[in-house]
Amino acid sequence: MSGTFLGMPSLPVFGIGNLHEHEPFPKAAHRELGNTQLRANLGHATRTIRDKRLAVVSELPDWEELREAGRAIKESVMARLPELLEQFEANFTARGGIIHWARDAGEANRIVAALIRDQGADEVVKVKSMATQEIGLNEYLEEQGIAAFETDLAELIVQLDHDKPSHILVPAIHKNRSQVRDIFLREMEGVDPELTDEPARLAAAARAHLRRKFLSAKVAVSGANFALADSGTLAVVESEGNGRMCLTLPETLITVMGVEKLLPAWEDLEVFMQLLPRSSTGERMNPYTSLWTGVTPDDGPQNVHLVLLDNGRSAALADEMGRSALHCIRCSACMNVCPVYERTGGHAYGSTYPGPIGAILSPLLTGITAEENSSLPYASSLCGACYDACPVKINIPDILVHLRGEDVDSKRGKKRLPSQMDLGMKAASWALSSGKNLGLVEKALPLGRLAAGPDRKITKLPGIAGGWTQSRDIPAPPGLSFRQWWDKEHQAPAAPPAATGTGDAGTEENP
Amino acid sequence: MNARTEILDRIRSALRDAPAVPDVPRDYRRSSALGEEELIELLTDRLLDYKANVFVEEAATVPQRLAALLESTGRYAVPHGLDQALFAEADAHDAGSRRVTDAPGHRLSVEELDGVDAVVTGSAVAVAETGTIILDAGPDQGRRVISLVPDRHICIVRAGEITAILPEALRRLDATRPQTWISGPSATSDIELERVEGVHGPRTLDVVIVRG
Ligand code: SF4
Repeated sequence: MSGTFLGMPSLPVFGIGNLHEHEPFPKAAHRELGNTQLRANLGHATRTIRDKRLAVVSELPDWEELREAGRAIKESVMARLPELLEQFEANFTARGGIIHWARDAGEANRIVAALIRDQGADEVVKVKSMATQEIGLNEYLEEQGIAAFETDLAELIVQLDHDKPSHILVPAIHKNRSQVRDIFLREMEGVDPELTDEPARLAAAARAHLRRKFLSAKVAVSGANFALADSGTLAVVESEGNGRMCLTLPETLITVMGVEKLLPAWEDLEVFMQLLPRSSTGERMNPYTSLWTGVTPDDGPQNVHLVLLDNGRSAALADEMGRSALHCIRCSACMNVCPVYERTGGHAYGSTYPGPIGAILSPLLTGITAEENSSLPYASSLCGACYDACPVKINIPDILVHLRGEDVDSKRGKKRLPSQMDLGMKAASWALSSGKNLGLVEKALPLGRLAAGPDRKITKLPGIAGGWTQSRDIPAPPGLSFRQWWDKEHQAPAAPPAATGTGDAGTEENP
Repeated sequence: MNARTEILDRIRSALRDAPAVPDVPRDYRRSSALGEEELIELLTDRLLDYKANVFVEEAATVPQRLAALLESTGRYAVPHGLDQALFAEADAHDAGSRRVTDAPGHRLSVEELDGVDAVVTGSAVAVAETGTIILDAGPDQGRRVISLVPDRHICIVRAGEITAILPEALRRLDATRPQTWISGPSATSDIELERVEGVHGPRTLDVVIVRG
């Protein structure tokens, strides 16, 4: 059990870094929707991975039991986090590893840069890591005059093209092979000018390009998929062997990992290493997994560092309803089943963490009021496919609803200027509160017909309703409301002046 | 306050509702009852699926197999703890002149490893269901780097090392030894999701499974 907390309860301290929407999700999504290549590639990718995943998942008779164990293990990790972190630290340190704690992105970046400088290095090789992307490490190192080389093929493509990843698993899925060839021809030193766009040739070009870097690198930077508290072991799961290169060849290895990645014990790995590859790439097992515990004399890096990162994780943990978002093992299954993600792609979410998990994790890490992240919990139809796919059973729809509530509360509490949504809601409640008011609103209907023009379609609505017309046209409203039509049709010539049933509303414009 | 204290305080504060620590239901499969032949068959099937090459041998035929696999190769590396008798047949042709050994006190440099065509190692344990071979840097497997840099990895898996499922394999391993889990040659699907075998790790994986 974790020790009872006796100090002063502190306010949550949120995270910073690449975790934000810089524009509201609907706006970003609209732009990305215009990217037909992205949509086609993404549709193909999500479908393919989804099918592969289903096939390998249905092979296991005990999939549901594994999910349930995974969920319970992660829940117990969160409940015991302080104790497990201390246990991990003791074990990792006892075997020669060095642990650094970073409150936020800025502190983590400074620690990593200082460690690199200590080695007299001005470049590092990197293996794909969402944590370092979250803290904006590459950009920071560049400012500091340190070159960071991404070595994962997709990350290399994205980095060479000065672009951003669009999918956490296949970050360059928005690029076609011919574009990849063009990027290599343009950006890769000494590349064969006859390079074709065959994926095998492109992979070979990347191999040749990075080989010298791997063999001469003095410092590598990695993330970690798991950390085992009872042994002090770290694990990296990968496919290409660039991870093995980074984790084995340089003298100095710096790993950046969120505090939530712990597992209590060695035997827990048997659960997660069955859940992760099948949920992620749809493989029975990924090609390579590396495990290391501090320093192994005479084998691999002799300076081994780990930066343990908070950056908003403790704030997410403080949200009782939302804390299970920290159970995420970044498999991307929820993205591949999400109808919203399939169409918009990862860029629309702004943050390092896209898709359904990003829609809850980003605002939990940054606070719901940060920049435009309050729009993220609305980037879902609440269909529940993500929950069914999630290997650790994170109830994403429930947390989305919870965060929508937080968003509404925070806007009220902060007495922000009433938003269009608030005004719209107010107007609706006024209109619906009495038949008379509704009648007044209905009188405006012919104005709508004017806005629609001769083709009877409204293509642009102002303000918040504009979001709706950005991707579809709405038919012009009819000239008469139902109630106006009813009155007109049912006006018996000899009816008494005070007709019953329709009340007093809607009669004003009747002759 | 230093970062460590502050982060741990923040986390304790976040948990002031004292959430319950749930029992972990381990109702998933933790053992199996496959015989040696079934295990070999399953492992072979999975490895072939990953585009590895698989050869099932009797103990007595391993030297011939290795000689055949190494025939077209130039120099190859081995860890000091690998039984030299396995190379009796290969040595008959070249008197061991192509073999370089990585041993304590005589470590192969990364450049030397980059200059060899292949590496031959043993393995610690294998998982049939997932087609996974696990190396734990034992004397017949060597340092992690030797099975990484050469472009071809010839890996010897003894039948007794094969388990059916992952939980059985982990029980035989020590977490603190450096481990490499290998499931096929290196691969990527990063370009239009088309799988390409062989990126940075060895592009060819030959697995010699030894019965008995
Ligand atoms: S929320 Fe679940 S499904 Fe989505 S990436 Fe995380 S672990 Fe995978």
